[in-house]
Amino acid sequence: MVEWTDSEREYINTIFSTLDYDDIGPKALARCLIVYPWTQRYFGGFGNLYNADAIMANPMIAAHGTKILHGMDRALKNMDDIKNTYATLSELHSEKLHVDPDNFRLLADCLTVVIAGKMTVKEFTPDMQAAWRKFLSVVVSALGRQYH
Amino acid sequence: MTLSAKDKAAVKGFMAKMKSRSEEIGTETLSRMLVVYPQTKSYFAHWKDLSPGSGPVKEHGIIFINGVYEAAEKIDDLKNGLLTLSELHAFMLRVDPVNFKIFIHCMLVVLSMLFPEDFTPQVHLAVDKFLAQVALALSEKYR
Repeated sequence: MVEWTDSEREYINTIFSTLDYDDIGPKALARCLIVYPWTQRYFGGFGNLYNADAIMANPMIAAHGTKILHGMDRALKNMDDIKNTYATLSELHSEKLHVDPDNFRLLADCLTVVIAGKMTVKEFTPDMQAAWRKFLSVVVSALGRQYH
Repeated sequence: MTLSAKDKAAVKGFMAKMKSRSEEIGTETLSRMLVVYPQTKSYFAHWKDLSPGSGPVKEHGIIFINGVYEAAEKIDDLKNGLLTLSELHAFMLRVDPVNFKIFIHCMLVVLSMLFPEDFTPQVHLAVDKFLAQVALALSEKYR
């Protein structure tokens, strides 16, 4: 079981409380598709992904980005059992969506960059970034757990 | 993942903006790397103080950033341009190349914070590509 200190819980809650899901979610997913274009392979039915501008303006991508972030809400609300909270989601990503689990890490990195972009160096401190990174590692690991 | 002319232009353009805050970028990147990825501290065990913003961290942050600027100047032939630096990392420092990726991620996070308007997805892509090529060039002499 993952151990969270009080300050880690506080950092992660603080970050989520500042998030505008409808802004950050779309931006994070769009950035992932732009910076790591091979991730577009999973979005064949999502319309125009022809270039960066098209991706950033794509409403289906935006909606999906928001959905992903709301999905992370569940990890926030179940921090002491993220592994089991995401068991079905993990199976979905493995068996139905066939997403290479390394892509979770890529999206997590882009999410961190986007969130950092909304904060100053004094707000997103190294300790806060460490707690956030730990949270994302647990999420990424849980999502990859049901792959076989 | 070769750098296109567009990538090189984007990198050079953004580097020019970075120069005004070099020390801050270097200090923040290194500080964060040591805190967020504590395993990287293993390379700096000989420093008196590894805490964020300490003397050694500031000094070394500048060295790192100057290395990045040097690489940007040699962007048309990174492999040959960074041969000496590669030898340093391969034979003397013996830094596991996996840490180059860690450093790069920390730098991207810092750039996003310091240049929220300029660090667009397109710039992020070009800079990430460039830094990946730098990491590759640095790994050249390893084996």
